[in-house]
Amino acid sequence: MLIPCPHCGARPHAEFTYGGDATLRRPADPALASDDEWHEYLYLRTNPAGPHREFWHHTLGCEQWIEVARDTVSHRIDGAAPVGRASERRPR
Amino acid sequence: MAGARNMQRYSIFSLLRNAMSYHRNWAEAWRSPAPKPAYDVIIIGGGGHGLATAYYLAKEHGISNVAVVEKGWLGGGNTGRNTTNVRSNYILEQNSHFYEFSLKLWEKLSQDLNYNVMFSQRGVLITAHFDAQTQALLRRGNGMRTLGIDAVFLNREQMRRKVPILDFSPTARFPVTGGLLQPRAGVARHDAIAWGFARGADARGVDIIQNCEVTGFRIDNGRVTGVDTTRGFIGAKKIGIAVAGHTGHVAALAGLRLPIESHLLQAMVTEPVKPLLHVSLSFGAGHFYTSQTDKGELVMGGDLDGYNSYAQRGNLPMIEHVAAAAVTALPCISRLRIMRHWAGIMDMTMDGNPIIGKTPIDGLYLDGGWCYGGFKATPGSGWVFAYTIANDRPHELNIPFNLDRFSHGYTIDERGVGPYPALH
Repeated sequence: MLIPCPHCGARPHAEFTYGGDATLRRPADPALASDDEWHEYLYLRTNPAGPHREFWHHTLGCEQWIEVARDTVSHRIDGAAPVGRASERRPR
Repeated sequence: MAGARNMQRYSIFSLLRNAMSYHRNWAEAWRSPAPKPAYDVIIIGGGGHGLATAYYLAKEHGISNVAVVEKGWLGGGNTGRNTTNVRSNYILEQNSHFYEFSLKLWEKLSQDLNYNVMFSQRGVLITAHFDAQTQALLRRGNGMRTLGIDAVFLNREQMRRKVPILDFSPTARFPVTGGLLQPRAGVARHDAIAWGFARGADARGVDIIQNCEVTGFRIDNGRVTGVDTTRGFIGAKKIGIAVAGHTGHVAALAGLRLPIESHLLQAMVTEPVKPLLHVSLSFGAGHFYTSQTDKGELVMGGDLDGYNSYAQRGNLPMIEHVAAAAVTALPCISRLRIMRHWAGIMDMTMDGNPIIGKTPIDGLYLDGGWCYGGFKATPGSGWVFAYTIANDRPHELNIPFNLDRFSHGYTIDERGVGPYPALH
């Protein structure tokens, strides 16, 4: 797989470290979050067979975290963006 | 037993008798019936675990009005895609008890099923390459022995006699300091476990329905009433899910969200060579484990690719990584060619251990999340899952593996890495 790093261009995925599901949101106030909210954030995953938004860290490149849109069945990658800036997604 | 029939027993005599007719008159090993409108129990998934569950439901609990529905063919998922290790050399007590129970079932399985599962107790050997690792293996071995499980520590000289093809040269990158052997562990024939359980279950009246994919669950007032399939609706009082690799996807049809990510694990075999390796070997200094098949091939595997995937095919960097570790451990195999290579989909749970038990939906039971340890567990998993379904409560052996353990903080984390599925 080639991951289109928004900072470095298309690079082999072996340069990256996987960071998992990018749609999870940490409870806004950790002290007030209930056990159920923590359980959901820490453990439960949608785990789709198909389009997946996920974090990758460009460990052997720019060392930045990026958000990648990838299909878990075909491994097709539909672009990547700096974390939190999905609107700047770099096309494939 | 309703629907039961006489199974043709396999023996030297049946072999001779059938040789007289050029092996043209063997009875089919199991029927291919059309689904009935309803069953007492439906098991989703015709791999080793699902078929074992159906077998033990009929054998141990007298529940034979059972269907196993499989979207493809029997054993076509991870049952046929693994490296066939059977062992119980764990650290945590919950794991030790469960896998040892399963190993004991393996030891009698060929006789029990009247089907040769080719369980070869050649021993599983983990190598150690530095002092801390040697100490860790000693601790693991002592832990196993206190629970009555066999474990033998081998020093460097004993290792040299046991596996002379390891790198014992003075320039070895990872000098061998010792190893932990579980002599009763070994390897088995992967297809045979699916076929043996299928034949045994069928003989006890279980309907095995292939090419029948479950497309939805019918749930009435929090209780299952049946499944929609590509061959129509089938009713059931109880339903068991045993589809590891696709557990998240199938459970989602019932509205469940699980602590599981699906990942890739690759494996490969070399060209066949004469007997070279007499144990199943796990290399302590890298991601590499191997055993020699009866055909002479070295079957080898490594670590997960490390990202969510349902593709059943992996990427080349991991093959290179495993091959590099293989040549480091066993320099003499460096010129063997890789003949075949494949990947399976692993249900990776958040603590690296399976989920076997009840779900929040009445009558729906879950056996999944096998990470990459499912093959060895096949008979034990089927046995405890059948018990759980028949009695509507888990057996003592699978109480620790309940789905609630994550929300209650009772995870069973053998590697101690936390909720990162790709690291287990």
